[in-house]
Amino acid sequence: MWADAAIAAVKSLVMLLLALNLTVLLLWVERKGSALIQDRIGANRANIFGGILPFNLGIVNTLIADPIKMFTKEDVIPAGADKLLHFFGPFLAVFPVLVTFAAVPFGDVLVIGGREINLQVAELNVGILYVLAMPGLSVYGVVLGGWATNSRWSLLGAIRGSAQMISYEIAMGLGLIGAILVFGTLDLQAIARAQGATIWGVIPAWGIIYQPLGFLIFLVAGIAETKRVPFDLPEGESELTSGYFTEYSGSKQATYMMSDFAEIVVVSALATTLFFGAWQVPYLARDGFHFPGGFALALPQVVVVVMQVASFVLKVLILCCFQILVRWSLPRYRYDQLMDLGWKTLLPLALANVLITAIVIVLAG
Amino acid sequence: MLDQYLGVIITFGFAAVIVGIMCGASMILGVHHPGPVKQQVFECGNPPTGPARGRFSVRFYLVAILFIVFDVEVVFLYPWAIVFRRLGVPGLVEMVVFIGVLAAGLAYVWKKGALAWD
Repeated sequence: MWADAAIAAVKSLVMLLLALNLTVLLLWVERKGSALIQDRIGANRANIFGGILPFNLGIVNTLIADPIKMFTKEDVIPAGADKLLHFFGPFLAVFPVLVTFAAVPFGDVLVIGGREINLQVAELNVGILYVLAMPGLSVYGVVLGGWATNSRWSLLGAIRGSAQMISYEIAMGLGLIGAILVFGTLDLQAIARAQGATIWGVIPAWGIIYQPLGFLIFLVAGIAETKRVPFDLPEGESELTSGYFTEYSGSKQATYMMSDFAEIVVVSALATTLFFGAWQVPYLARDGFHFPGGFALALPQVVVVVMQVASFVLKVLILCCFQILVRWSLPRYRYDQLMDLGWKTLLPLALANVLITAIVIVLAG
Repeated sequence: MLDQYLGVIITFGFAAVIVGIMCGASMILGVHHPGPVKQQVFECGNPPTGPARGRFSVRFYLVAILFIVFDVEVVFLYPWAIVFRRLGVPGLVEMVVFIGVLAAGLAYVWKKGALAWD
């Protein structure tokens, strides 16, 4: 019992640190990446020891200097605000997103001293329900935080945000039904293992091969859930100042900002798990590579596990960067267009996807 | 059964501590000089008038109601999707009828203009 708890605690810490590091790294990718896309230099002023070093540690800027700056700012709470909810707004925006990672598998089993450790914090047999339910709770962070501040802009942003998030949650939930039909389980680790198979012995049987439309619906709905451009109407700085976090400052504002990036990581991690083979490396089994054509390469178990975890992180990182690319490439939607896309395009498409998948499965036997 | 959720509970604990520190850091580390002007909510430079938590468009309520209707129906699809291979053709026919009703409902609210934002 205590050994299990200790292992679960270590796995939980590893996963949370992985998620947080990716999140903070994304802040830097966002600042430098946007500079690259817009043909400017971007963050270049941070240095330690007064510029003694001959080179510029650009990455230090966001990884250390920015959080220190944000955390030591004054925490301004406007008059008439609900102090408790003012705290729980940003708390509830990030907390549900972080705990989602508990169900995401980041590797196959690791055998240490005869004990098999499943590289997944919580081996839930209802993993998909959990990973859909938890990020859905972050809508409370938006709506409570906006309501608590007693500001018109915040309230409008919060209401817009909640309407947008719940609208796209339906499309997201329906978009995943196709994947569940294909895999026949809600257990994320079982889904990850199922994607280790190959089609005709060559093509890795990743979810995207079976569910291209499902992936598209999931990705669009996921980007909408992160409330970033092209769907950043809740923030909409041209009309709502800064939306639901107009009246937040210091570390609370930083937490809200982080919630966006944490959601990007969550969406990428879920898309990887369901559609891009999770931690699978093509042709890599537990005992090494088995290439098509009979060529095999035996590898020690630790190397295999490291490669699986690296493969998972790499896939998540690529999808994260893709979302940042989308954010800096596309213009913003209008609010009616946003709701139309969710209800009149994605929802019927997702229903059609469910029907088509079901019919194909029945026809294929 | 419950030991499945051991990892979830532990993650809840860790995440609560991490996020709590992040949210509360400014309260402890930051300076604290409140003032009447600083504590005013932002209203583009004008003094705010009246309560902020006023009325807003009824369409948002409509979206909330539609969300509950559709989300509950989506939840019904999950158990069906898991056992679909065992149900075979009868399961498909039943669900085509169910999704047909769902699509009819969507077409109805669409036609009634509940999804229109003008």
